[in-house]
Amino acid sequence: MSKKQKKMLFRIIMAAVLMVILQFLPVTGMIRFLLYMVPYLIIGYDILIKAGKGIRNRQMFDESFLMAIATVGAIVLAVFKSGDYTEAIAVMLFYQIGEWFQSYAVGKSRRNISELMDIRPDYANIELDGKLDQVDPDEVEVGSTIVVQPGEKVPIDGIVMEGSSSLNTSALTGESLPREVSVGDEIISGCINMTGRIKIQTTKEFGESTVSRILDLVENASSRKSKSEDFISKFARVYTPLVCYSALALAVLPPLFRVFFMGLPADWGEWVYRALTFLVISCPCALVVSIPLSFFAGIGGASKEGILVKGSNYLETLSQTKYVVFDKTGTLTQGVFEVNGIHHNKMENEKLVEYAALAESASSHPISKSLQRAYGKELDRSRVTSVQEISGRGVIATVDGKEIAAGNNKLMNELNIKYIDCHHVGTIIHMAIDGEYAGHIVISDVVKENSREAIAALKTSGVEKTVMLTGDAKNVADQVASSLGIQEVYSELLPAGKVSKVEELLDKKPARAKLAFVGDGINDAPVLSRADIGIAMGAMGSDAAIEAADIVLMDDDPVKIAKAIRISRKCLRIVYENIWFAIGIKAICLVLGALGIANMWLAVFADVGVMIIAVLNAIRALFVKNL
Amino acid sequence: MKKTYKIEVDCANCANKMEEAAKKTAGVKHAVVNFMTLKMNVEFEEGAEPKVVMQEVRANCKKVEDDCEVFI
Repeated sequence: MSKKQKKMLFRIIMAAVLMVILQFLPVTGMIRFLLYMVPYLIIGYDILIKAGKGIRNRQMFDESFLMAIATVGAIVLAVFKSGDYTEAIAVMLFYQIGEWFQSYAVGKSRRNISELMDIRPDYANIELDGKLDQVDPDEVEVGSTIVVQPGEKVPIDGIVMEGSSSLNTSALTGESLPREVSVGDEIISGCINMTGRIKIQTTKEFGESTVSRILDLVENASSRKSKSEDFISKFARVYTPLVCYSALALAVLPPLFRVFFMGLPADWGEWVYRALTFLVISCPCALVVSIPLSFFAGIGGASKEGILVKGSNYLETLSQTKYVVFDKTGTLTQGVFEVNGIHHNKMENEKLVEYAALAESASSHPISKSLQRAYGKELDRSRVTSVQEISGRGVIATVDGKEIAAGNNKLMNELNIKYIDCHHVGTIIHMAIDGEYAGHIVISDVVKENSREAIAALKTSGVEKTVMLTGDAKNVADQVASSLGIQEVYSELLPAGKVSKVEELLDKKPARAKLAFVGDGINDAPVLSRADIGIAMGAMGSDAAIEAADIVLMDDDPVKIAKAIRISRKCLRIVYENIWFAIGIKAICLVLGALGIANMWLAVFADVGVMIIAVLNAIRALFVKNL
Repeated sequence: MKKTYKIEVDCANCANKMEEAAKKTAGVKHAVVNFMTLKMNVEFEEGAEPKVVMQEVRANCKKVEDDCEVFI
């Protein structure tokens, strides 16, 4: 509780106690009035001052003004008619309780959410003459060596130079499994070092590091306002003056009507009372507070799950997503080529892979990398003599004195070697040793473990259509799509082709259904920005993805897409609940007030009660763990 | 040029009013007040001196909402 809140709480309690005591004092007339003025001024003096200042600055229609008019009006009525001062005091009291609660709840959730996002490292350790020196991460130059001890946050992106450890990446990715790092591994700022002491050579400045970029993004997120928020601020601008003029009309017109047309007594007191009730109900604070709070909580909850949303508007669009378009490589598949099969070979698998890896060792092609990985041992390049690369065909190399030919069927045809075709999907490397066919190696991209589950989860979350775009060959694409349960596939597309395909889909779909594009962000930037909403995956360390996308998934898990959609739906459901609930209750109470059925107590509920309920409801958007 | 300032304000409606006031200040191209993070992002007009403009912004905010503060 802040100092301001403590002071307010004290005033609330004082006024409430005094009000109860005064109920039992048998005083009348002027003394009674003066006595009742004590709790009224204790609880309401700041509102009266604020209302006065508002009038001076020509800012008439604000809450303080409404409350001041309503309560002063009620006191005047009490003096001349009922003598019941409690109503005015109670209205002011409840209004202040509502304000107090709002400031407490908003302050608390503000702190909670900021803590969720608190991954900012405070210092970096630099080793000087064997001693550690703590410096501001901003001052560390690129290429410096920093030390991260167990329990500390990694302050700057870099490469591990010494030591090994497990890192807790949950603040960044929502993933609870620790990540193991050792010498040579890239390391991302914002992770917490758990077990060992490591030395890191920095590769970026602090301001360019992952942690700074993420913080920047999250802190600015709720500044991009959604349509619902814009609607509410416009609504509030029209609504308050409208209610004030209606109140004025309610106070003046019916009595005049009674006098001149119906020949009845004017009954001013009754109509002024109804008008004052009107004013108390009118405050739009329930809406104005709870809508931004819902979005803020939704964005905060999502970021805890490793889903960064760049703005409330994107959360809103995401909730209307009906079409999800995927890039294949790196999104649904791991984007890493692996040896997936060795067929028709006469020698041992390991031996064949060894020859293939050696023959291809001079090449930097991904295929040769995956062969080296499959071989798994250090390559002894001295065994390779005379390498001849034939572009678009393969290589012919001499290994251990044997002539090894490794390449596609065209190479085999040229060498007049009879080969056996493979029915598997992927890149096929035929091998011939000393002119004799030795079998083939299948290399293909591997589908991510939970891609299938991710597509299924999207369908259950109400996504109508899933589409996959890829630059890959048709048979590969079709096979991946059917194994994952994706409805539409477009293959053999160039990057520009992906953009036009997405535009085509955007044209065909109904306007209300939004299209999301999911990519790994590295070469998908144009498509990410063209789609209604761009989702980048596996963004740890990829700057391009963070720039181009509207929503960034911090880890590689495609299941998070459906989760993000569910979070956005929950958040938006809460927003609409609050809009309908608050406007509905207020409208009903306004009607009841105008008819004279609602008294000021009900009016206070319509104002303060609705706000408290709406704020509590808004905070629910933060709880997204089990969605 | 864009700059971010910390603000202090109690109610969300007041934050909206501050945003309106800041937007109308001469030298301000665009302004967004974020009630949740208590920050004001101001984009200045070409050639405007942020320090001078912000004094104006602060004064205008005080006019619409007495109980607020902009930390310049």
